[in-house]
Formats: sequence, structure tokens, C-alpha cells
Amino acid sequence: MTHQATPGTPGKVTGTLLAPGDRLRNWWSGLSRVQKWGFGVLGFALLALSPLFPPPFFDTPGISFGGTMAQFAMVAIIAIGLNVVVGQAGLLDLGYVGFYAVGAYTVALLTSPDSPWNQVGETGAFSEPWAWLACVPLAMAATALAGLILGIPTLRLRGDYLAIVTLGFGEIIRLLADNLSDITNGSRGLNKVAYPHVGESDHLRDGVFSSGNSSGHANYGTWWFWLGLVLMIGILLLVGNLERSRAGRAWVAIREDEDAAEVMGVNTFRFKLWAFVIGAAIGGLSGALYAGQVQYVAPPTFNIINSMLFLCAVVLGGQGNKLGVIFGAFVIVYLPNRMLGVHVLGINLGDLKYLFFGLALVVLMIFRPQGLFPVRQQLLTYGKRARYLLRSADDSKSAA
Amino acid sequence: MVHECVGQIACLASDIGFNIDNLRDGFWQLSIDGLSWGAIYALVAVGYTLVFGVLRLINFAHSEIFMLGMFGAYFCLDMILGFSPSGNAYNKGVLLTVLYLGIAMVFAMLVSGTAAIGLEAVAYRPLRRRNARPLTFLITAIGMSFVLQEFVHFVLPKIIKGYGGSNAQQPIILVQPKTQFQIFGATVSNVTIVIVVAALLLAALTDIAINRTKFGRGIRAVAQDPTTATLMGVSRERIIMTTFLIGGLLAGAAALLYSLKVPQGIIYSGGFLLGIKAFSAAVLGGIGNLRGALLGGLLLGIMENYGQAVFGTQWRDVVAFVLLVLVLLIRPTGILGESLGKARA
Repeated sequence: MTHQATPGTPGKVTGTLLAPGDRLRNWWSGLSRVQKWGFGVLGFALLALSPLFPPPFFDTPGISFGGTMAQFAMVAIIAIGLNVVVGQAGLLDLGYVGFYAVGAYTVALLTSPDSPWNQVGETGAFSEPWAWLACVPLAMAATALAGLILGIPTLRLRGDYLAIVTLGFGEIIRLLADNLSDITNGSRGLNKVAYPHVGESDHLRDGVFSSGNSSGHANYGTWWFWLGLVLMIGILLLVGNLERSRAGRAWVAIREDEDAAEVMGVNTFRFKLWAFVIGAAIGGLSGALYAGQVQYVAPPTFNIINSMLFLCAVVLGGQGNKLGVIFGAFVIVYLPNRMLGVHVLGINLGDLKYLFFGLALVVLMIFRPQGLFPVRQQLLTYGKRARYLLRSADDSKSAA
Repeated sequence: MVHECVGQIACLASDIGFNIDNLRDGFWQLSIDGLSWGAIYALVAVGYTLVFGVLRLINFAHSEIFMLGMFGAYFCLDMILGFSPSGNAYNKGVLLTVLYLGIAMVFAMLVSGTAAIGLEAVAYRPLRRRNARPLTFLITAIGMSFVLQEFVHFVLPKIIKGYGGSNAQQPIILVQPKTQFQIFGATVSNVTIVIVVAALLLAALTDIAINRTKFGRGIRAVAQDPTTATLMGVSRERIIMTTFLIGGLLAGAAALLYSLKVPQGIIYSGGFLLGIKAFSAAVLGGIGNLRGALLGGLLLGIMENYGQAVFGTQWRDVVAFVLLVLVLLIRPTGILGESLGKARA
């Protein structure tokens, strides 16, 4: 098999059908930095307000819209993290859900009364209102460590082996959570995980983030969505800066041709490890969010099929494009929730999510392997100026 | 604080357990049970290894081909041969049982073989035409795995009543496990004999087919150097189809043997774990190497059983994965080394 990386050239019909993103992307990349920020702030503000005024058709009838959006924020953070690993460094990680699990379980083990390592309460190290927040950096550190431990031996392997080893890792983490029942409480899971105690009032005794706040549009799901959105923006800034740094350039080089990168003096192993660890830590952050929101952590959540779903978000949105993968995450979370309870031929469409996403992956890989919003290969330094030069050269050529 | 840590490690130890006596006492029994698992892994592993040898592709959806084979075998026993899932065993005498098993196996092989060819034609061939990247192939394979699983999960029950869905099929027990003889104090049941004999027979047939026949030479040629093979008049597309077909046929046979061993395991998600283990077996023996896959399968089945005896039953799957990781770290090319092409001409 040839290893030439020629991206598929879609036919005209399928190309236009599957590429609603191209014009949007062209418009976006034509904006100046200030304009991008302006539109970005506007977009995020609209997104943040959407759970308060759910648009009529857009609303999810079966399930709270705020909760859906909270889930979206979590998956979006995961997608951004996985995008660093898969999209930017080109390492196929099929066990990403393992990191999500490590993050969630770190928070749960440290704050749940069911756990032997509980640190909340009379004797514990954390005071209850701040326990969750204190655990977030710990969860990220624990996942980063897990990424390091997994990465050091496996990142020397060939790409397709890496996929299988990470798959095994994801499954091992779940099996550990299931079987180490003296610590993780096994399949019964860990209850009463800590959450931030903010905005306590007379009718909301435990604050806006507790599951007691379940009525109206500004329910606890919405609050978690807002928190997730803030974290997402932070992660986006971090990842965006990394992308433009030496590490980001090294990742692109490794993704496109590892041997060539090595020859050019890139320490491929070190940068692959960096990508892996950073991706892992972001996954851990999302896991911590999950543990806080649901306040209950159990092994089935971390089934390996979720790993594939996360990967689906990244591939769908466009590997390497961090805004694209957020859109991918939205599709992955929103569509199943929207379809919940919609019946066609006696089949609940919400059940068919894996079937549809599987089909979407297959079709997408054939007609548009780069995803809906593919990353633009651009010069990372002097990018804009070089592009203008190229464009004017093109124009003069076509004029001639 | 120190005291607590001691307690925590004790906690861990009580969950993991380490009992070497278990292994020593039951060594032969564990080996023989492991052998019958290993025979099933080996047959499935051949499918992974052949496709990898020819296409450099991890056919992630192969586990679903196996799963479809299980349903095929069940369908044949249930609908065609008329065994209803009553819960009691059918004791039809040796000859008749072997005949029925043979029919069911052929049917399962046909189902899996057809599915494998279909998978190749629908999902992988368009990608090859477009000269896609390896990652693209892998993601497609994952997508097809989803599609096939969810098809059986939600769509199949609408087509054939009582098939698929969230629950496992009602078991049809054709062969009641019965001790036939003892060897080193270990009992050998009739199920074990059927599985091991059938698997060895099929493995030998496959080995002959790959190493001694004309189209086997074609497969090896394409694995070694696709371009030169094409120049020598080997049709690459046909070879690829044959490879998928052989893998599918063996997966179907393995599926029937599996449903003899675990009659209650016929479920839409039943292929996934077995598939990963079979892949581990292929890597263990050296992926792309036919005999490596057979050896790796047997070894993995046995090692898994030993590990289960030492660490406890619930760690069975973990043992397999840890073994996979260790093999990849210590000897990434597997025991017999990879390459289908470098075998004798």
C-alpha cells in the first residue's frame, strides 16, 4: 500500500453536499484578528444564552435543554483534547474515554462518602463548598500522569498498534473501576460527589449547581453548561496558543511525516508525549466536570464505545480544527437528545445514534475524509501575509 | 496517614489477589480449557492477520463479522434444523450431532464470508480507489463496526422476530458438555474435543491453502509487493476479496465453535471483546504471519486462563490486554515475526 497522503478529492455533487463548512471557513479565515474575537465573543454569548431562551424547534423535548448543553460542553472539551492528540499530532487514540474516567474517578474518590479516600468532611483535607474546585487541578494532574505512564512505553510503537494499545488501556481502566470494588465501590459506583456550592438561597439550599436546582430554564444543567463554557474558552486559548508555538509546529510536522520531522531535528517522541499528556489532562478536566454535574460515577459510563463517539466528534468536525471539533461535539450530543422519543417504523431514533454515527463515519471517510470543517494547511508564521501573496499570484495567473 | 496507606494497599491486594497455588493445582485443566479458548481466538486471529498482511489494515470490523457468524449459526440451528431453544440439551448421538454441527458451521461460514466480502466492497474498496490514508481506513473500520453492531441491536429484531435486540439469544444447547476422558488428572469434555479438532483441521486447511495453492501464492505475492504482483498478472482486487473471504469463513467457523462453548453468549456486542483478544493473539504471534496467528491464539487462550487462575476470574480480560501491551513493548514483531510475504515461495 502506498503511504502517500493524498486527501480524497470529492466529486462535485458530494463535495457541495458535504461541504457546508467551506464557505463559512473561508469567510472566517478572511477576518482580521479583532473581527474574529468580536464574532467569537458574540457567538459564545449567544451560545451561553441559548438554554435560557431555547428556540422552539431546537429545544429537546424529552430532556432538559440545559442538561443537553452541559453534556455538549463536556464533550466539546473532550473533543478539543482529543483533537490535540488525533488531529494535531496524528496519533490515533481509541482509549480516550480512559482519561475521562481517570478524571471523573479522581474527583469521585476524593470527595464521595462511599470512597475510602474521601477527603471531604470532618477529618478531610477539603472544606465542602470548595472540594470540587480543589479536585479539578488534582484530576487534571492525575490524568496527565496517566497519560505519561501510558505514553512513555506506547508512543514508540507504530500508529496502528498505538490505536489498539490505547483501546486496551481504555478497557483496562473501566475493568479496574468495575473490579477494584473495595475502592471504587465496583458497579454500584460512587455517590454524592462534591460540586461547587455557589448561589445558595432559601429555595435552593445547595446552590445553583446542585441537582436540586432542576426546574425552569436556568436549572443546574444550564449552570454547568456555563461553567463548562468558561472552561472551554480557557482550553481553547491554551490550545490555540500551543498550536502556534514550537510544539504545534512540531505536531504538524509529525502528523504529516514522522520520519521527515525526525530528520529535521524534531524530537518526535518528546512532542508526541507532550500531545498525549496535554490531551489526557484536558480529558481529565472534562471527567471532573462530569463527576461534578452528575454527582455519581459508575463504570458503564466509561464504556469503550464512548471513546469511539468522541473520535466521531473529532472526525466529523474536522481533525485538527478546534472550532470544527466543537461543532462535531455538538452534533454528537445534540442529535441523539433531539431524536429521543421520535419514532419511525417503531424504532426510537434516539436508540439508533451509534448506527447513524457509524454510517456517518463511513460515508464521510469515503467522500470527505478531512471532515466537515477541515483544518486549513497554513503557514503558522507569517501565515496571513503569505496567503495574500499566494492568492494574488493565483489571480494574476488566472487573469493571464 | 502512613497507616491509611498501608490499609489502601491491602485494599488493592484483596481485590486483585495473587494465588499461585491455584495455577499449580489446576495446571493441566487450565491448559486444556485454555486450549479450547485459544483455538477459537486462533481462527478469528487468522482473519486479522491475513487482511493486515495484504492491506496493512487493522480490520476493526472483523469482530462484527464473527458476531454475524454467531447469529448465522443460531439461525441455522433454530430455523433450518429446527432445534428450539428449550434450555435442555439435545442428545442425538455422535454421528447425527456431527452432521448437524457441520451444517450449522457451513451456514455460519457462508454468513460471515458473505458479510466479509460485503464489508470489503462497501467500505474499503472505495477508499482504496481514492488512495486514502491508513487512519482513514481505520476510522472506516470503526464506523462499520458500529453499523453492524447497531444493525443487529435495533434493526434485526424488526426483520426477524426474536433475533437481535438488547438481550442475548435463548441458548440452544446441541452438545451437553460431558467428560470423555482424563489426561494428567484434567478432564476433557466432548465440547473441548469438537472445538480443538475442528479448529486444528481448519487451521491446517488454511495453511495448505495459503502455502501450497496457486491463489495462496497470489496472496503471499500481494502481501510481499503489490506492484510487482500486479505486474506478474495477479489481480490485486481479487486477491483482496479472497483474503477477506478466507478471514470471514474462518470467523464463521469460530463463531459456531464459540456458540458451542458459550451458548448464552450470542448477543450483538458479543464480538467486540473477542475480536480485540483475537487481534492481540495475531500481534502476539506476529501480525501478518499465518502460523503466528494460530500459535498466538493458542498461547493467548492458555495464558489468559493461567492469569485468571492466579489473579482471579474478574481479571481475565485485563490479563489479555496487559499481555498485548507487554508483547508490543518487548517484541513488537511478535513471536514468529510479521510478514505474510516472506514465507516460502
